[in-house]
Amino acid sequence: MTDLLIRGAERAGDGVRTDLRIVGDRVVEDGSLTARQGERVIDADGLVALTGFVDLHTHLREPGGEGAETVLSGSRAGAAGGFTVLHAMPNTEPVADTAGVVEQVAALGRAAGYVDVRPIGAVSKGRRGEELAELVTMARSRARVRMFSDDGSCVADPLLMRRALEYARIVDGVIAQHAEEPRLTRGAQLHEGAVSAELGLAGWPAVAEEAIIARDVLLAAEAGARLHVCHVSTAGSVELIRWAKRRGVRVTAEVTPHHLLLTDEAARGYDARFKVNPPLRTASDVEALRAALADGTIDVVATDHAPHSAEAKRSEWQTAAMGMVGLETAASVVQAAMVETGLLGWADVQRVLSTTPAEIGGDASRGALRPGDPADLVLVDPAARRVLASSDLVGRSTNSPYLGRDLPGRVVATLFRGTPTVLDGAVVELEPAGGDA
Amino acid sequence: MSDHLLSTRDLSRDAAVALLDVAEDMADTQRRTVKKLPTLRGTTVVNLFFEDSTRTRISFEAAAKRLSADVITFSAKGSSVSKGESLQDTAQTLQAMGADGIVIRHQASGAAAVLATSGWTRAAVVNAGDGTHEHPTQALLDAFTIRKRRFGAGSRGRDLAGLDVVIVGDVLHSRVARSNVWLLTTLGATVRLVAPPTLLPTHIESWPVEAGTDLDAAIADGPDVVMMLRVQRERMTEAFFPSAREYAALYGLSAARADRLRADALVMHPGPMNRGLEIAGSVADSPRSTVLEQVENGIAVRMAVLYDVLAGERTA
Repeated sequence: MTDLLIRGAERAGDGVRTDLRIVGDRVVEDGSLTARQGERVIDADGLVALTGFVDLHTHLREPGGEGAETVLSGSRAGAAGGFTVLHAMPNTEPVADTAGVVEQVAALGRAAGYVDVRPIGAVSKGRRGEELAELVTMARSRARVRMFSDDGSCVADPLLMRRALEYARIVDGVIAQHAEEPRLTRGAQLHEGAVSAELGLAGWPAVAEEAIIARDVLLAAEAGARLHVCHVSTAGSVELIRWAKRRGVRVTAEVTPHHLLLTDEAARGYDARFKVNPPLRTASDVEALRAALADGTIDVVATDHAPHSAEAKRSEWQTAAMGMVGLETAASVVQAAMVETGLLGWADVQRVLSTTPAEIGGDASRGALRPGDPADLVLVDPAARRVLASSDLVGRSTNSPYLGRDLPGRVVATLFRGTPTVLDGAVVELEPAGGDA
Repeated sequence: MSDHLLSTRDLSRDAAVALLDVAEDMADTQRRTVKKLPTLRGTTVVNLFFEDSTRTRISFEAAAKRLSADVITFSAKGSSVSKGESLQDTAQTLQAMGADGIVIRHQASGAAAVLATSGWTRAAVVNAGDGTHEHPTQALLDAFTIRKRRFGAGSRGRDLAGLDVVIVGDVLHSRVARSNVWLLTTLGATVRLVAPPTLLPTHIESWPVEAGTDLDAAIADGPDVVMMLRVQRERMTEAFFPSAREYAALYGLSAARADRLRADALVMHPGPMNRGLEIAGSVADSPRSTVLEQVENGIAVRMAVLYDVLAGERTA
């Protein structure tokens, strides 16, 4: 592995302009440094250096959905977006509800080598919401699962949710809930509001999310257990989480980039790229979510990267699949929604995209890009702008809502354990690790 | 001349009045012994029906044939094509076969818009009903019928300013209601929606209508038109209302309610009717009912629409 010298980056954590020397998988030196013989130098003048991003909510689709994404293609998409850790959702085929499947996914991640793939285990067998999956066996497997979710489906049965919260305490695990009361969202297509009323699309009411969150924070409080709320999308949900946190409930929450930027108005052309679950909400919801992320009520940004084949998206709205890709564009969207609006600085971006999600996911410390800290890092050029094209997307699917949209910022380089996975904005071709590392 | 007719939402008052006036011309020709016009000779119109609707399909078929278009009817319902990609495949197939116009009926809201903007076909698209979104030709024929009844031979050039229209029933699932809300208000009418709260869309504050739950109060205000919507009995099992009996009692246009209407008030229904549920049989058959005129006028209105989107140069 070549030693690296990053020159003149602004370190997000403390805002200091510094050189960084990387040896092996560590930052070994900072300050004003002189390049050594044989050292690769990355000119980072004008760039911000942040600890590598950690996504708590990625759909890598493998096993079973390889037409839309694989662990390898999704890992590359992650690297392109500045991520070094991806938490892979278990709604695969077969479902990641056993040690065998989560270990397989983790092994595929190691073989790909672009990011640390951390499997999320299913809460219930087959994600059917009936019986608990073997949470502790998954936690004690080589995949070291700490997060459990039936994402895509809500753990709707209150008894099962209560038991899951209680039981996960054995491994200090966290239940990541997709909050959607299924009886209130049968056939739902779009946020229930003025736009759905006009377009004649069955509504997905805010209360279907909020009712589950209200129930779950009470259950988590009773159980003394950890709850993580996936993709919070409404102003009402923010209020409930704020209330719960004030009462000391062990609840954390995530918001997706798209819920920070887009609204249900985008559905007006029936372009299914904008179909997602939970749905895009209203401008006042977006405003509340931004404020909540800024004040810490919402802890992190998670992408809910959901690749779908072109066929699954190029159809009438009602039959199109829900979800959008988001890894490659996450930092740009956060910059547009939070940094350019003055709500967050780059230290905060590092907190919501890296250090806090790492803590929630039970990963090792991210450090702060100081000597001795892990060399998982991303260099962002905040001054860059681009109109997003499908060629900017490196995953297997291109169902991005931002195609054709002008976005700020660009990931110039990503280092995963000291190894460049992205250089000059392009994904580096890595030698296959060939099995378990 | 427009490229497509996808909704009434984007029709201006002048464009709507102009369409209704062309429909008047078309209606005049239909009183001749030889009803057929050469206007669309050599033009191919495909009726692409993903959902059953015999009356709308034959109305469009008659309209296209009377304009001398070649008509192909493609009924996708029940065949293997019923999923998303089939719309693309079917559209591309029709394009390859040289369709100039596609009249589409589809169970998915927005299907007509997707077809028109997808690039799968260059054909002019006419929305013949998409899910619970819109049914623009139904609203146009309703407006035409109202205008004809009110102004007779003096209809040309007029809008519906000053008229009060009450639309009653399952607004939530009704594409007819949505298209009428936009078109009738664009034409200057006042529209009031009456329905149980479960069958009214939420968040319609921005709609240019009043909405209420009391049919008797609406009738007491002396509307010019009462438009009854078809209600599906399946809605009962989804808890939208408890029973047909209670629905008929609260929202059915009974003979007693019809008697309280103004003498010249019209009763409309897009059909097919559930006699005894949303409308009493005697009211449907009474002189104030326009049910059969609506069917008749539908042909002239659809001729006008096909003429509008197919005759002359396309703009795109």
